[in-house]
Amino acid sequence: MTDPDTRKNVALFVTCLVDLNRPSVAFAALRLLEAANCTIVVPEMQTCCGQIAYNSGDKKSTKDIARAVIRAFQGFDYVVAPSGSCAGMIRHHYAELFEDDDTIMVEVAALSERTYELTSFLHDVCGYHPEGIKYPATLTYHDSCSSLREMKVRDQPRALLSAVDGLELREAEDAAACCGFGGTFCLKYSEISESMVDTKIDNLLKSGAETLAAGDLGCLMNIAGRLKRRGERMKVLHVAEILAGMGDEPGLGEESR
Amino acid sequence: MQVTARRFKKNAHGALQDDNIQKAFSKVKGGFPIARAKAAGELPEFDALRDQARDLKNHILDNLDYYLEYFEEQVLLQGGKVHWCSSYADARAAVLEICRAAEAKTVTKGKSMITEEMALNDHLAANGIEPIETDLGEYIIQLAHEYPSHIIAPALHKTKDQVSDLFHQHHEKYGFSERLTDPQALVNEARRILRDKYVAADVGITGANFLIAETGSTVIVTNEGNGDLTQSLPKTHIAVSSIEKVVPTLEDASLFLRLLARSATGQEMSVYTTFSTGPRRTDDIDGPANFHVVLVDSGRSDLLGTNKQDLLRCLKCGACMNHCPVYQAVGGHSYGWVYPGPIGAALNPHMVGLEEARHLPSASTFCGRCEEVCPVRIPLPKIMRHWREEAFQAQVTPKPERWGIGLWAFFAKRPALYRPLTRFAARSLKIMGGRKGVIRRLPLLKGWTDVRDFPAPQGKTFMEQWKKQQRESR
Repeated sequence: MTDPDTRKNVALFVTCLVDLNRPSVAFAALRLLEAANCTIVVPEMQTCCGQIAYNSGDKKSTKDIARAVIRAFQGFDYVVAPSGSCAGMIRHHYAELFEDDDTIMVEVAALSERTYELTSFLHDVCGYHPEGIKYPATLTYHDSCSSLREMKVRDQPRALLSAVDGLELREAEDAAACCGFGGTFCLKYSEISESMVDTKIDNLLKSGAETLAAGDLGCLMNIAGRLKRRGERMKVLHVAEILAGMGDEPGLGEESR
Repeated sequence: MQVTARRFKKNAHGALQDDNIQKAFSKVKGGFPIARAKAAGELPEFDALRDQARDLKNHILDNLDYYLEYFEEQVLLQGGKVHWCSSYADARAAVLEICRAAEAKTVTKGKSMITEEMALNDHLAANGIEPIETDLGEYIIQLAHEYPSHIIAPALHKTKDQVSDLFHQHHEKYGFSERLTDPQALVNEARRILRDKYVAADVGITGANFLIAETGSTVIVTNEGNGDLTQSLPKTHIAVSSIEKVVPTLEDASLFLRLLARSATGQEMSVYTTFSTGPRRTDDIDGPANFHVVLVDSGRSDLLGTNKQDLLRCLKCGACMNHCPVYQAVGGHSYGWVYPGPIGAALNPHMVGLEEARHLPSASTFCGRCEEVCPVRIPLPKIMRHWREEAFQAQVTPKPERWGIGLWAFFAKRPALYRPLTRFAARSLKIMGGRKGVIRRLPLLKGWTDVRDFPAPQGKTFMEQWKKQQRESR
C-alpha cells in the first residue's frame, strides 16, 4: 500500500486550540493521515490562522498573521487542518483579505485550493476508510457552521464514522444549527451564547446518543463546557480521535487519568 | 421611534428573561424555515432563480437612476404623480401634503417597512390625521404602541392572551364588550372594525414590494387582502417606496415573486399580489381618483458603490431572521431599530450610525445560515465583518477588546514567543483544572465561565510534544 510515489505530501495545520487545549486531536490527525498514505510535515512557524483577529475587525493583524501562514505552508501538495473553521479561513477568507494586493494573490490562490478540512480530505482526496477501528457506542455528529456551510463538509465525517465497528450514528434535531460558540462571540455575548448552546444541547440529548463528536474544537469546548456546567454526562470527542481509534481518551472536560 | 440599538445587550438580557418572548421566537424555527425548505425543494430551479435575481438586482442598482426616471415617466403617463424625497422628513412632508390636499381625517395603511422607518404614523397623528393599520399584525402592535418585531410577522412577540386584552380594551368603544379568546373570533372582530375604516378613509397608504419601470406600476403582496381595500377604496392612494424597489419589467417582477413568498413563508405565491397602475380610468369599476408614489432615498444611494451595496438587493422576505439563531434567542425588539435579525445587523449601522448600532454586526457567530437562505444572496456575514472592521478602525470597538486582540496578535506573529506562552498557559490551566478536568471560574475569560465550565487542556502543547518526538526519532 505504501508506494512512495503515490504518497501525498501533506502539511498539518494544527490549529491554535488543538495545540493548546487538546493535542491528542493533532496526534489523531497524524495517525489518520499516515494510514491514508500521506507523508506529513508539521511546519514549525505556524501559530494560528488569524480568524480571531479577522472576525474582530483587526484587518492589519490578520494580514500579518496570514502572510506568516502563507510563508510557512508553501511547497506542500496539501494543507490539512482538523477544523473546518481554520481551513475555511485559509481557503476562503485569505483571498478576501488580500483582494487588492496583487503581489501575494498567486500564493494565496495556490494555498487556498490546497487547503482541506481533515475528514473531507481523508474521504474525498484519499478515499480513506477506517479499518479495524472500534467505538461501541451511540454517537451524534454536530456540524460546525464553517465545516457545513463554508467547506461543504457534511457526508464525509458521517461516512467515515459509519465504517467504525460498533458505532451507531444518531442524527440530532436541527444538527445544522449553530452551537453559539462563534469565537469571541461566546465571551462578549455570553447570555445569548448560553441560550444557543442550551438549544443545541437539548437537541443533542434528545437524540439519545452517549457521545458527541464534531470536527471543530471550538464548538466542542463550548458544548462540553456547558454540558459540564449543566451536569450532563454526554462524552465529547473530536471526530479524528474516534476515527483514529483513540476514543477511549477522556473526553473534553473529563477527569484526567 | 426611539432607537435603542445601543442597549442591545440589555434589550437581549430582558428578552432572554421573558418567557412570552422566548416562547414566541423559539417557535420561529419550527415554522418558516421548514416551510421554506419544502417550497425551495419543490422548485428545481430555485437556486438558479436566486442567481438570476442577484444578477438582475445588481444590474438594476448599477443603473438605478435610469430605471427610476423610466418609472417616473410611466407613472406620469398613467396619470399619477411621483414625489422624490431624499430624507424621511421630506417623505413625511410629501405624504402630509397629499393628505391635507385630500382633506383627510383618517388614512388606512397597508403593511410597509419604509413608513416604519419614517415614523409616518406618529407624524400623521401629530398633524391631526388618524392612521389606521389594516394588516392584522400591524393593527395589533399599533394598538399596543409598539413596532414590528419581525418584518413580515410584526406582532410575532404578542401572545394570544395579550391580543385578547388589547382588543378587549380598544374595541369596547365600537360596542364589542366581550373579551374574546378564540383566534378566529378575534380575527373576525378586527375585520368588522376595519371594514368600516376602509370605507371611511380619505387616503390609503401602502408600501411597495416592487415598482415596475416599464408600466409605472406599484406592486404589493399580502395574505389578508387588506392592501387591496386600502388602495382601491379611498379617493387617494399613496404608495410609499424606497428607491431600490424598482425593477425594469413585469417579467422581472415575476422572477422576484417566484422567490419572495417561497423564501418568506414557504408559500408558492402570497394570497394577493396586487398591481396598481395610475388612478382609476373611466371604464374601471373601482380604484382611487388620485395616485401618488413617494420615493424615499434616505441614505440608500450612499450605499451605492460601497462594499455594502449588496444590502440594496434585499426583498424584505424575512428569511434571514427566520433562520438566525441569535434572532430566535433575543427576538426582534432587542435590535433596537426597524430591522431586526441579520438584515438589521448589516443595515442598521448605516441607517442609525455605527456608534449607536455597533453591537448588532458584532453579535453574530457568522454561522452563515442567513446568507445560505437569502433569495438574492446578500453576503450578510461579510457585510457585518466590514462593519466590525470599520468599528475597529474608528476605535468604536471598546478598548479592552482592541487591546486584547492586539496583544494576542503580537504573540501569534512571533512563534518564538508564542511557544513558551502557550506552554505556560497549557500547564497552568491543566493545574487549575486539577483532577476534575474543568475550570469553574477564569477571571480573564469571565464571559466563558459565567455560563460554562472551561475544559482544561491536556497539559502539554502539541508543538512541544511533536518537537520532542522528532528529536527522539532522529
